[in-house]
Amino acid sequence: MVRWGRAARATLGGIAAALVAAAMLAASPPARAQAAVEPATLEGAATSATDRTPVRLDADIYTPAVTPAPAILIAHGFGGSKESVVEEAQILADAGFVVLAYTARGFGRSTGLISMNAPEFEVADASALIDHLAGLDAVRKEASGDPVVGVAGGSYGGALALLLAGYDARVDAVAADITWNDLESSLFGQSMRGTRTPGVYKQLWSSVFFSAGLSSPPGRASTCGRFTPAWCAAYTGAATTGSVSPAMQALMRRSSPASVTDRITVPTLLGGGQADSLFPLQQVNANAEQIRAANRDTPVKVVWHAQGHDRGADESERLRGLTRSWFQQYLADGPAVPLDFEASLVAASAIDQDDSGTVEVLSSPRYPGLSGESEVPVTISGPPQQILAPAGGLPAALSSLPRIGSAGRGLSLLGQGVAPNQAARFVSEPIPEATRIVGAPRVSLTLSSDVARESAVFVGLRIQTAAGALVLPNGLVAPVNVKLGPAPRRVDVELPAIVTDVPAGDRLVVTVNTTDQAFRTPDAPAVYRVSLADPVLDLPEVNMTVSTQGIPLWAWPLVALGICVGVAIALRLLRPRVKGDTVRTELEDRPLVIEGLVKQFGKGVRAVAGVDITVPRGVVLGLLGPNGAGKTTTLRMAMGLIRPTEGSVFVFGERVTPGAAVLSRIGAFVEGPGFMPHLSGRENLDLYWRASGRAGDPCMDEVLEIAALGPSIDRKVRTYSQGMKQRLGIAQAMLGMPDILLLDEPTNGLDPPQIREMRRVVRAYAREGRTVILSSHLLGEVEQTCTDVVVMHRGLVVATGTVEELLAGRSGQHLEDVFMDLVGSDHMANAGPLAEGDH
Amino acid sequence: MDGYSARRTLSVRLEMIRQLRRRRTAVALALVLALPIVVVLAVKFGPSAGGGGGGLADGDLDVFGLMATGPWNFALSGLLFTSAFLLVLLAAMFLGDTVASEASWSTLRYLLVAPVPRRRVLVVKLIVGLVSTVAVLLVLVLASFLLGWIAFGGEGLATPLGGELGAGESTTRLAIITGYIAVTLLVPAGVAFLASVSTDVPLGAVGAGVLVVVVANILDIIDALGPLRQLLPTNYASAWSDALGPTIVWGDMAVGLAYNVGVFAVLVGLAFLRFERKDILS
Repeated sequence: MVRWGRAARATLGGIAAALVAAAMLAASPPARAQAAVEPATLEGAATSATDRTPVRLDADIYTPAVTPAPAILIAHGFGGSKESVVEEAQILADAGFVVLAYTARGFGRSTGLISMNAPEFEVADASALIDHLAGLDAVRKEASGDPVVGVAGGSYGGALALLLAGYDARVDAVAADITWNDLESSLFGQSMRGTRTPGVYKQLWSSVFFSAGLSSPPGRASTCGRFTPAWCAAYTGAATTGSVSPAMQALMRRSSPASVTDRITVPTLLGGGQADSLFPLQQVNANAEQIRAANRDTPVKVVWHAQGHDRGADESERLRGLTRSWFQQYLADGPAVPLDFEASLVAASAIDQDDSGTVEVLSSPRYPGLSGESEVPVTISGPPQQILAPAGGLPAALSSLPRIGSAGRGLSLLGQGVAPNQAARFVSEPIPEATRIVGAPRVSLTLSSDVARESAVFVGLRIQTAAGALVLPNGLVAPVNVKLGPAPRRVDVELPAIVTDVPAGDRLVVTVNTTDQAFRTPDAPAVYRVSLADPVLDLPEVNMTVSTQGIPLWAWPLVALGICVGVAIALRLLRPRVKGDTVRTELEDRPLVIEGLVKQFGKGVRAVAGVDITVPRGVVLGLLGPNGAGKTTTLRMAMGLIRPTEGSVFVFGERVTPGAAVLSRIGAFVEGPGFMPHLSGRENLDLYWRASGRAGDPCMDEVLEIAALGPSIDRKVRTYSQGMKQRLGIAQAMLGMPDILLLDEPTNGLDPPQIREMRRVVRAYAREGRTVILSSHLLGEVEQTCTDVVVMHRGLVVATGTVEELLAGRSGQHLEDVFMDLVGSDHMANAGPLAEGDH
Repeated sequence: MDGYSARRTLSVRLEMIRQLRRRRTAVALALVLALPIVVVLAVKFGPSAGGGGGGLADGDLDVFGLMATGPWNFALSGLLFTSAFLLVLLAAMFLGDTVASEASWSTLRYLLVAPVPRRRVLVVKLIVGLVSTVAVLLVLVLASFLLGWIAFGGEGLATPLGGELGAGESTTRLAIITGYIAVTLLVPAGVAFLASVSTDVPLGAVGAGVLVVVVANILDIIDALGPLRQLLPTNYASAWSDALGPTIVWGDMAVGLAYNVGVFAVLVGLAFLRFERKDILS
């Protein structure tokens, strides 16, 4: 029990220490002021064109400690609800805003049907919520019915934020993240420049996206889920045919911020995700450029962060902080947020991208768009190649997978080998100097097809490292939908926008694939011919300054070193110290002097309660006492194994402390032998001697004679009997013939002839001026062996003297009688404070 | 004092001799030698020989499919299989068994009265424990490598991100990964070492080291703990996979190094403080 208790405490201590150390490495989350949260069901706009009853929107209103305060409307992502934005809402409420987080119509507990942010439905809902905010006392107002209000959201909520800013003049600031500018070009990817042809249907993403609105109670599936009939029909058509109908085009246009960007004049924070194959950076770029084009003076800040619908590296903390600062500046006169362009540089190709530790934030004063500030031409080459568009579009290459960016990227490269005849490659020479790509590189191809038809190809820019591996940054490919025939046709491709470093010596590889699992491709087979229209790849470059997030790389080993040095210093300072004299020259020729020795274990009784013993040279001292008298504890203190509570022990005038050098003059046998069971008796003695740090002759032969083990000395100790170990233990104590021999119950387990032999050995040992201290409960034994006796009882010395002195005047009596008189018969009933040997 | 010198007491070499012939050392070595042999036999002659397949809990790396492609990949897969538990167990054993086993043999008190200074006992035991752990790790890697070469030929390291590295680059990567895995063993090793000075039951100390990793693994699954999970050693256990990419990304490994070394230093420091003040009752 005692042992396990100690082990458990040590484990807890270990865990605590680990936590402490780790806490030094991780920033602690800031303390939170409490904002009150109240759920509410609020009225939105009409349910549908025919049913004018307002939808009921499930909302939470967060009220900060100080009011009136500016308000922020938070819209959630597709498939989410007010619960999915709790953290954002809490942060803004803690920053002193009234926050209205609500579930959009068609989701969660809100009523109504999903209309994909249609102006007359979802956008009108949000306007109705602003009306509600205008009626709250806690909200600050510019005029009656016009609250100070910002709107924030990501993805579906981001588009709502932009659309609302376009439709409702009361919105004062916007923060929109990873959202679309144009829904059509998001769902039908087209990277061919200078065309208005609809792109390649992004079937995997679209299905994942729309399925969130098709959810239904288990076992009661329906075709349309919670979509309006118009959107249901549009989606069903697209998913079935892979092409876009004019009706759907019209619907998507009305739900796209592109339709209102020319009307947005309030400060707008636009976030775009590099790890986003659903709404790629092209979308955020379009939003930014359109808002800027409408009015040069509108404050717009663009951030290309490392997150996105494909997950990417986690930067949520930084982005939430940025959103908060944005609203603080424009709604609450907070400090200015610089309008510089920020782009996150993720250390190339970390497999585990979840960590923000590998992200550097680059900054440039001006937003450069997708084509950068300057373009670096890189020559690429490769012969014209024929590639197969397989029947059924399978097997298909794998570039990115919804919501699994990193694995998807890995798979994309493994997938390269699946069907090499479906991909063409054009490779550059090793790049002479390191290049940083910030934006969308461009390449021009010449394409033709053996059958005339609408064809899809997927162009990717891969980096081939000097080590030979191929990386497709963020798993992004540029889909191209183009009518091809036998006549060659030039296609200018805008590759996916990326932020990446290309080290010197790496090669750039332009790949052209006929398939991609994320996209719908024609079912009929064809062979395309691909060549370079221009042997040049244009890389966009932006001159950006770096502000590293967190601690730079080189600092970490220093942190480790610092902790080690700190621990070393602490250990040096915290060395156990001894109070009082360490040397007493007047005791130089006393083998052992014990003064006022006290030992108290914990808060219990004193095991040793003030012991004074002086042992002269050349004696054989018997230490007597009943069990629990404190003999063993005293001996252990005499050897520095136990720290005395009070008092001191001197050996030849030197203070005994743990590991004191003077202990080398003591040979000890305490509480039974201790040997390594896997080694022989001889090896044990030999290794012990070598570990003892003593020079000189170990007197091995004499000692082995005393052990009297015969040939067994070379057997493993594991096989020894108790008596054999006992003799070996005493022999070990005599190694090197030390000045003091300290034997605790040496005769345990020995038979009478061995006891007699031991008696002889001990007496002979003391004869040459050496001292033997021997504790025993065999009184007859002590009487026959010892010259002097110390009797202990209940932690105290009750008698000392030579055997003769103790027996003086007691003719015919034995030590036993003296002992019984001293100790009394009570020791049987009360065995003393500490049951010795019970460890 | 009779030619006594604290510096001549228990040396690292002597401690090696004392520990080397223990059965557990032989068992540990046999285990890490047997493992690659078993895997080679399984891959060559097993029921699904030739097929890739198989999946790992993390699901990210298809190592089974790659392991039979050459000595580097084979050695790497050996590390992957053992790093989560076997190596942790061995590290905890070599460090947890240090002082506690001496206590259980009753040899500790004889070493201390020889006298071997208490600090020296710990330093020597710590060095021998760490060296043993590293030795077992190296034996595992080298044995896997040689066996992999014999069984699968000398193809370079294929990375999960595609592409194959040259022999020199592959060796560098394997060395980095081995080194980082050694670093990640420091936390369980440190816990076991601290437990070792606090108990006379060697198995209890070894268990404490393993327990920390097991508990950390359980806590790591609980999403609700949020950022607190960054404090768990498991958070840094797999950063070595960053050395498998086309270029090596040091970020996570640097943090992992600081974390593991830092925690280890603190744990060892506590062990020293405790042992120096402890009453030796064993």
